[in-house]
Amino acid sequence: CIFDVFTLKINQIQSVRMISDIISTVEFNHTGELLATGDKGGRVVIFQQEIENKNQPQFRSEYNVYSTFQSHEPEFDYLKSLEIEEKINKIRWLPQKNAAQFLLSTNDKTIKLWKISERDKRPEGYNLKEEDGRYKDPNTITSLRVPVLKPMDLMVEASPRRVFANAHTYHINSVSVNSDNETYLSADDLRINLWHLEITDRSFNIVDIKPANMEELTEVITAAEFHPHQCNTFVYSSSKGTIRLCDMRVSALCDKHSKLFEEPEDPSNRSFFSEIISSISDVKFSHNGRYMMTRDYLSVKIWDLNMENRPVETYQVHEYLRSKLCSLYENDCIFDKFECCWNGNDSVVMTGSYNNFFRMFDRGHRRDVTLEASRENSKPMQVLKPRKVCTGGKRKKDEISVDSLDFNKKILHTAWHPQDNIIAVATTNNLYIFQDKVN
Amino acid sequence: MISTMECAVDAQSLISISLMKIHNSRTQRGGIKLHKNLLVSYVLRNARQVYIKEKYAEIYRMQQYEEVMTVCNEIQELNPLDLEAEDAEDEEQARAACCVEEASACGSPCHRGAAHCRTAGTVAGCSLLEDGCKEPEPSYYRSCCMEAPPAPLCEQCPANSSAHCNKTTVLDLDTHVVTTVENGYLHQDCCCDALQCGQSAQSPAKKRKVEFGFCASDAEEAPDFTAARKRAKREDCSYSAPDYTDTSNISNLISIFGSGFSGLLSRQADLEQICSKQALASLGAWTRAIV
Repeated sequence: CIFDVFTLKINQIQSVRMISDIISTVEFNHTGELLATGDKGGRVVIFQQEIENKNQPQFRSEYNVYSTFQSHEPEFDYLKSLEIEEKINKIRWLPQKNAAQFLLSTNDKTIKLWKISERDKRPEGYNLKEEDGRYKDPNTITSLRVPVLKPMDLMVEASPRRVFANAHTYHINSVSVNSDNETYLSADDLRINLWHLEITDRSFNIVDIKPANMEELTEVITAAEFHPHQCNTFVYSSSKGTIRLCDMRVSALCDKHSKLFEEPEDPSNRSFFSEIISSISDVKFSHNGRYMMTRDYLSVKIWDLNMENRPVETYQVHEYLRSKLCSLYENDCIFDKFECCWNGNDSVVMTGSYNNFFRMFDRGHRRDVTLEASRENSKPMQVLKPRKVCTGGKRKKDEISVDSLDFNKKILHTAWHPQDNIIAVATTNNLYIFQDKVN
Repeated sequence: MISTMECAVDAQSLISISLMKIHNSRTQRGGIKLHKNLLVSYVLRNARQVYIKEKYAEIYRMQQYEEVMTVCNEIQELNPLDLEAEDAEDEEQARAACCVEEASACGSPCHRGAAHCRTAGTVAGCSLLEDGCKEPEPSYYRSCCMEAPPAPLCEQCPANSSAHCNKTTVLDLDTHVVTTVENGYLHQDCCCDALQCGQSAQSPAKKRKVEFGFCASDAEEAPDFTAARKRAKREDCSYSAPDYTDTSNISNLISIFGSGFSGLLSRQADLEQICSKQALASLGAWTRAIV
């Protein structure tokens, strides 16, 4: 279905206020039925889609809280006198194999595999125990019966099945599940490790860019992802704006890339902050596996995996910030790491910006739109109004000037339902879910 | 909210801001963020390059002025018909040209007047050790730059340059890397020079610790952790006065950083920029033009 970005008619808006903490990651599962969020406090909240009536022309679905659990706790590394933050950096779902759902969640140092299972029955009629759990006097038992399973209120349990620890010296920025459903990678600033989901005491180091002399450090790994179909292929992006594609069949240690994607720098745009704004904050393969998208501070780039010397498409997210880089450096906003995502059929890409704005780029029609995630401006059954930032000169009505933008309201994390036009947009404390029904 | 007045993209203030960020990152929760500090160090490098260029442009201008004035004064003193004097002038021009070149190549430049001392002093800032000519103590000095100046060149220096002390030296207490500033020219990575000269400088483990906090999160450097903590304390002491806008502090820090970021800056490129052939040629041409 063609998603018309200009008439994103909001069928259903949900805004969920997260009680205490800043949302740090958002991820749909493979069917889109579940939506997981991680926050700075180490908590994971999972929402489940409940569909009113799929057969009705105007079907509505709502995402309701399904499960909440504490994934990571703050830790202290006594050897280095370092506190390890409990903030969830990434959540990745495993494809569903049985009744239970599995996801990987990670903080800076430790990855955990969580099993989320439902319990809607419980056994009743024990022989030796009362219903409240007290043990019966064995002398009073005269007959035996088989306990029966009776329905109960749905209970969703989350239990940690694996803990993958002590493999990362630096801060973990990415996890990615392989298409083989047996392995996954985890990446920190300087190294990438390959794990087997069943084995926690061993991992293979497949990329190591740490220089022998740390003084010679010039770049770090910023993101990594497995190819969606080729289980031997993965990419990792760097702080220098390059992406390396590696083939694990070539050698055990993938320090030598198979492909290097890099666009030459425009010398006329050189500034004090050139290195910072060229650092890639996110890399995502398209669903079809033919393209990948990278996000740097000011733009989104689409790369064809067969062309290394330049991206096939470049979209400016907020070019008006280029003249404000000095102030953004002072207030640390220039270090914000924006993520990006593809829609189900790879025709539209989305990423966040400031002032609770988020941007969508329709690749096919070469159109883009700026939308706002806010309660005041969003009402159900209403067209979400495109926003415009005034970059100079006379400000038109309904336009917002660059200097009025609120840089504390940033949308770093967005997610798109794998099939439908449902998007999840995380502002600092709130999660917005926008749904569009295509007629 | 960003003010309508874009902040002054001034190299000096960027350096201060960047150093504060690096300093603050040490106390941030979750440990030092390698990625962010690396990016900040890039800004620091860029700002430093601009700052040094500006400073040296200023020095060139001052030097040109001084040279011109000195030559003018000497011309006035000399009898224009005196053949010997002409030879002396030629010699002095040659010396001027060669001194300027020598200064960039680790030698001891001839010195013309106390003004140069002052200029060098402004740039080099707080020197921790006495100027130049003292015999270096082995425990502090490791740089080949600090060897005694070549004798022949020294003898040619005019007697009025009592300021043979044209070198200001900065010692990085953490890494024991010595940086020399001579006559306004910055010598970087003196330890690297020493290494290249085949002298065994410090053990690599110590040399790695120059960047603030870069290595702190590395488990493999756990044995060095106490050194890192001591370094952090020492740095805290030296930077206890958070007045980073002070020129001398900035120059001092620049020279310290200059010896540390071997991976980020190309020494050759810097030296070439500073002592570009064009600049030297124009300087020589200017002095020749006066006579």
